Order: sequence, then structure tokens, then C-alpha cells
Amino acid sequence: MELDSKIPSGPIETLWDRHKFELKLVNPANKRKYNIIVVGSGLAGGSAAATLAELGYNVQCFCFQDSPRRAHSIAAQGGINAAKNYHSDGDSVFRLFYDTVKGGDFRSREANVYRLAQVSNNIIDQCVAQGIPFAREYGGLLDNRSFGGAQVSRTFYARGQTGQQLLLGAYQALERQIGAGQVQMYPRTEMLDLVTIDGNARGIITRDLITGKVESHVADAVVLGTGGYGNVYYLSTNAKGCNATAIWRAYKKGALFANPCFTQIHPTCIPVTGEYQSKLTLMSESLRNDGRIWVPLKKGDKRPPNDIPVEERDYFLERKYPSFGNLVPRDVASRNAKAVCDEGRGVGESGLGVYLDFRAALERLGKHVIKERYGNLFDMYERIAGEDPYQVPMRIYPAIHYTMGGLWVDYNLMSTIPGLYVIGEANFSDHGANRLGASALMQGLADGYFILPYTIGDYLATSKLPKVETSHAAFREAETNVDCRTKRLLEIKGTRSVDSFHRDLGKLVWEYCGMARTAAGLEYALEKIPELREQYWRDVKVLGTGEELNQSLEKAGRVGDFFELAELMCRDALQRNESCGGHFREEYQTPDGEALRNDTEYSYVAAWQFHGDGLPAELHKEPLHFDYVHPSQRSYK
Amino acid sequence: MNLTLHIWRQRNASEKGRMARYEVRDVNPEMSFLEMLDVLNESLIAKNEEPVAFDHDCREGICGMCGFMINGVAHGPQRGTTVCQLHMRHFRDGDELYLEPWRARAFPIVKDLVVNRGAFDRIIAAGGFITAPTGSAPDGNAILVSKEAADLAMDAAACIGCGACVAMCPNAAAALFTGAKIMHLGTLPQGQPERYRRAVAMVAQANRELFGSCTNIGECEAVCPKDIKLEAIARMNRDFLKAVVTGRGAAGDEA
Repeated sequence: MELDSKIPSGPIETLWDRHKFELKLVNPANKRKYNIIVVGSGLAGGSAAATLAELGYNVQCFCFQDSPRRAHSIAAQGGINAAKNYHSDGDSVFRLFYDTVKGGDFRSREANVYRLAQVSNNIIDQCVAQGIPFAREYGGLLDNRSFGGAQVSRTFYARGQTGQQLLLGAYQALERQIGAGQVQMYPRTEMLDLVTIDGNARGIITRDLITGKVESHVADAVVLGTGGYGNVYYLSTNAKGCNATAIWRAYKKGALFANPCFTQIHPTCIPVTGEYQSKLTLMSESLRNDGRIWVPLKKGDKRPPNDIPVEERDYFLERKYPSFGNLVPRDVASRNAKAVCDEGRGVGESGLGVYLDFRAALERLGKHVIKERYGNLFDMYERIAGEDPYQVPMRIYPAIHYTMGGLWVDYNLMSTIPGLYVIGEANFSDHGANRLGASALMQGLADGYFILPYTIGDYLATSKLPKVETSHAAFREAETNVDCRTKRLLEIKGTRSVDSFHRDLGKLVWEYCGMARTAAGLEYALEKIPELREQYWRDVKVLGTGEELNQSLEKAGRVGDFFELAELMCRDALQRNESCGGHFREEYQTPDGEALRNDTEYSYVAAWQFHGDGLPAELHKEPLHFDYVHPSQRSYK
Repeated sequence: MNLTLHIWRQRNASEKGRMARYEVRDVNPEMSFLEMLDVLNESLIAKNEEPVAFDHDCREGICGMCGFMINGVAHGPQRGTTVCQLHMRHFRDGDELYLEPWRARAFPIVKDLVVNRGAFDRIIAAGGFITAPTGSAPDGNAILVSKEAADLAMDAAACIGCGACVAMCPNAAAALFTGAKIMHLGTLPQGQPERYRRAVAMVAQANRELFGSCTNIGECEAVCPKDIKLEAIARMNRDFLKAVVTGRGAAGDEA
């Protein structure tokens, strides 16, 4: 298979404008003749569904939650980047582009990232018009803050709830279209398969989570905005329901899966306390603006943090990276936290934690300023950890947070299946091997508001799709397969719960395909995962029936897919014999422990093709070219 | 710590429900309330009993998916906290807890502690937005918003749509939810053109959904996990009244 990224040629700053002009349009009166399915209602899916409906398309939107307002985008805290340069501090579209390519450790496409930086400004305008209550200065202008991986203040925010506010903006736009009858919304409905006819994506199979009814839906194009796959690790900052089933089904129907091993560890999460732990909670990266990260200089120093004098503390990020200090990118901050804990200098009962200390900022700015900036985060920390961060430093530790990998898409955001578009975290396109803070919201909304609505029209205008009905054999067969799988899960009647298997899988993947990876570890995981999967399909216990609300059954299907995806992640990590961004192979590091990239051999996107259960996936390589940002070893020193 | 739980079990909307009693042993005080229920569910599965269905997703107190009554209080005893963020350190050994779903005509029960809150979405669809089609916006800084207005709007916009306000209200009114959105959008300059039409349309939809009327009791404010103030209701009433009296809300006669 030849991977055609469809990147136009020419100077990078002209590509998107020219491409938009060259895309074929659908006549306004004809748009209503097209049905588009959007799966997922987060920043990407919600904004896409609303915008496509505004344009006049018939949209069907699906989400597994009880309302589209609950998609996990809502939990993003810190902010959204844009190259507005409102502060004249040297920002520009080119600088945002540059920072993002560099932050992604030179494993993303320049053209995609440049376009992202260009439309970032439109996003802010759009969100302000919708009534997003962004933070303001006293004069009424928009306020900004700085964020990891950048030396300019380009992050727009709404307290510590930026994701919530942006999502509610998209949700309200979506509800307006639902009210107008332009979008048909299917909450509590899960996509369980993709249907292709003559090679084109023509619909999906869903299960109604309340009644268990399995249904077919026909469309002229299908858009997946179903988020990332961080829940492979069981413990992550993702919501409990986040899953990879939609993208995994699409992969098994022929869409290539790109860079599955590129997963991001977020440095500032509340540490794990026990076996019962169900998820990890993130503390916004924005806290690193005013918090200082440290551990005791001495190993096993168990004194309370406030009793440790300054000269016996190691502010390890400030020491090693004087120019970026506590604001180094996420992968660098995470790896360094792990390193000091591995040395035995971690804090808290488990020894897996570092301090995030606000003492200096509280003294410099006063409690009221800190409260205004981070009040809700401090409250959240106190609720979970039972300690007051105004008095004692927070304890934090890295956790899985975001997945840069996802379905492969071309410049038009179309996967290798014609008519199947993938947007937001579900695709692989813009963040390379590491995502910078406040860029996920930007990408989700860029895809949904400003990119997909243009590119999808070109496909619809230029493809001649025959009319199909749900009675088509492809739909019947897909429905039967979905039914069989549900039945199979219910009939195993084994001895262990879905969660217990999921927890075991998570531990394996975290240990061997998490913050640091080795060839030996990955090979071990590749032996163990299939064993565990085989055990799962023999011994999982799912009670109840398929014709009712059955939360165990929902989980069971998703975990079944996580097993297969985990294997692909390890395979991908094993073939990439270099360290880059979130992918750190211990064999490949500089003498002072920094990631060592190998641009001569690994400057490509690894895209995997499914060939059947039990058969090895085939690796395709899309070479990456850098004409504007010359690959260099990232330095934040 | 050991607890006795009485949990509402109901197979589906049409079947009759009942309270069922469960003993939970060795609860770790560091657990969240939902993690304690996870542990209970694991033990039920081990005994081949069906686990208790409850809604939850982010477990960070922001998605608004979780929520049920604990001893008659929505989201339980800790103020300003969703049940997913409530930790067991706030309970004591031997406590007896009664867990029930949100009870309101407009929130039909789906199963056990799960209810259908679709009515909230329909209230938003009726007018809880600013009409700003994608691509039509002027530069972000072209619209000045005073810090006071932005802060006030943000206070109201923090609503997570969990439904605790309705569940706690003796009238099962959706006034705090509806008022919060009316206040959020009505405080901002961008929200002015549709301000009165919005208030009337949303209130009318809430009535159609069979939510009760607000009689200013204030239970909603007391249990709101995001500390939305009764001020939101006052602002809603003011906008609604002004719209009806002046005939500015296009849908005025429906209300």
C-alpha cells in the first residue's frame, strides 16, 4: 500500500489557503442530500457535527455518555494555545508551528502543524463569539498565560476549566442544530463496527446501551472523533468510559493505525494510593508556572516537606534545565521525576512522587492571586489527597494522559478508507512523538470547526456513491458479527471480572511500554499480553444479558479491544529503535540521559495494516520531511 | 472501616424497585465513594450477583455524569463535591448509608442509580446558546468584556449539568440549571441580542419537561457541587419577567 499524505506542494504558508480553493464544493442546496455520521461529541466530534449541520448537511451524532456535554474533553484544565501575539512577546504563527514541531520531537508533518498554527487564531475568535468566558484583564482584553514547552504567553484559559468551557461552547452549538432538526443525536449509543461497501465507509453498527438493540446506520461519510486510547493502561487520566473500540474496529476494517507507541505521560498527576484505585487525576500543567518541583537531596529523607531546609532540597528541573526550568515539556518533566524516584528520592508513602511547591509563589504573589489562578485545582487536590496545598506542597507523579498515535489520516483528515475521516485525538496527525500543553484543545477544535468541514465536501462532491440501505449484505453481516461477539462474551461465564483482567493488562503495558521501554521488556510484554488475552476470552465473567443496560458487558467489549491494541503498541515500540518524545527506549539515550533520536533511520510515520486475527500487522512507512524546522536535538537547557 | 449500604435496585424503568442491603468490609479511607462501590461490585460479581449500575465517567468532578442521593442528600455530605470526588475519610466505621437515584418526574429511572437527564439537553437546545455559526466571528479582542462580567459569567458557566439541584428540590425544579445558563450567556456582551428570547424559550422548555416551579427554598444551592448561587435564579426570573412584560421574547405566549 502506497501512503499518499496528499500534502500540496509550495511554500508552507500558502498551502492551506490554496488547498481550500482547490477543494471541490458541494452546492448549498445539495448539502441536505448528504448524510454524515459523526461518532463522538467531544471538542472534535461536537464541533464538527455542529459545523457540518450549520453548513446544511444531515448529521447523525453518536456518544456513549448520557449527553454530548460529557465527552472527556470536558476535563481539560489548563488552556488552549493560539498565535495571537496579543502581548507582543514575539509570538507568531511560525513560532507556534516551530514550537509544536520541535515539541513533537520531529515526528509530525510540517504541513499539518503549520495549518494547525494558522487556524489557532480563528478558534479563539469563534469561541469568544460563542460566549466562552475566557479570563480577562481589567481593561476587558483577553488574558494569557505561559505553558510548558514555550517561551511566550499564548495560552488562553477559563480558570482551570478551559476544556469544560470550550466543550460547552461546541455542545451548545450542537444543541442548537439538534433543536433545529439538522442533527439527530444518539446518546448512550456505542459504535461497535464500521461498514464499508465497495471500499468506501458507508455506515456504522451501534448498540443502544439502554435496550441493547443493535442497529445499522447508513451515511455518505463517517467521521470518528472518539478520542485516544490511554485507557489501555487501566490507570490513566482518561475518563472511565474512554475507549478505543471505534478506531480499533475501523483498523480491523482496513484503516491504518499510525504510531501506536507514541503515548504521553503527564508529569503532574496525583500519585496512586492503592490497589482499588480506579483512575488518576491530573493537576493542570499550568501549575508548573508558579509551583516549583523538588525532592529531598538525600535518599529516604522522610521529614515532612516544610521541615526540609532549602539547601537540602533538589529543584531538579531548575538545576538541569536553567532556561526552561519547571516549564520543560511533559516528556522531559516526567522522565526526570521517574529518574529521581528510581534513585530512591521519591516522596510519599510509595516513594513514587515528587513535590510541587507553591511556597515561593504564595510569598511573592499572595494567597489571593494563587487562589484566583488555581483555586479550583487546589480544592480538587485537597478533596482527593486530604492535604491543603496552601500549607504543604502537593505530591505529584507522572501518569498516562494522552495518545499521540491514532488512525493514519492524510492532509484532508481522511483515513486509508475512503469516506472515513478521523479527527482530534483519535487521529495521529499533529503532535508527533509528544504533544505540548494546551495543544489538544487547539487540535480538536481546529479539526472540527475549521478543517474537516472543508475537506469532507471535496470527497462528497467528487465521489459517486450508490444509494445503499441497511438491508445491504455488508450491514447484515456486520450486525451478525456484533451480535456474535456480545453473545460470546456473555457465554464465557468464567471466574474473573472484566476489571481484574483490565488491571493486569494495564500493569503490563505501564511496566513495559510506559515511561521507559527496552527491547527485552517489550518482547516479554509481547509474550504475556497474548497469554492474558487468551485467558480473558476463556475466563472472563460477564453477568446479565445483552438486552439491557449492562455496564460490565460494555467494559468487556472495550477491554477485548484493548488487548489487541496493547500488542500493537508494543510491536510499534519495539520496531522504533530510537528515543523520541514520549517514546523513550533506554538503549537509546545521550550520556546525560536525554532522548536520542535516530533521524537517518526512523524519520517516518509507522502505519500498521491489519491482515486478520492472529496474523502479524504489516508496517508501512510514511517518510517525514523537514524543510522549515531543521531537526536538532531538543534542548531546554 | 465497615459500612452498611442500602441501595435502590431497579432492573429497568418499568419494573418495580426495592432497597437492597449490603455489607462492605475493610473500606480504605483514601478511596473515593465510587471506588468503594467498585469494590462492592467486584464482590457481587464474585458471588454471581449483578453489580449495581451507577453513572460515572471522568471521576474528576467535571463531566457531571455521576450523582445519587446519600442519606437524602444529593452527592452526599461534603459541600461543593460530586460523589466521585467524595472520599471515604468523611465517613465513620459502622455508618449506615442509603443510596437512591435522583428522583424527579423529568428524570425517569433507567436502572438502579441511573436516570435519564435528557430533559437538560432539550432545555439547552431550546435556547441555551449564542448563535455564532462557525467562521463568522470577529477578532477575539474586538469584543471587550469587563473582568467582572467575565468572572460572573464563569461562575454560572461552571455548571456541570449533573441534576443534583433538581433531585434536591422539593418541587423538582430545574431553575438553578436553567438560570445558570441564562446568567452565563446573559452577562456577556455576546449574549445580549438573544437574551430575552433565550430566557423565555428555556423556561418554556423546562415547563414542558414537567420540572416543577421554583419557590426559593434554596436546597439546590446547598447541594450544587459547583457552588452555583441562587443569584442565577434571580437573574433568570428578571430576564423572563422583562421579556414577558415588554413582549421581547418571541416565544412569549408559550410560557
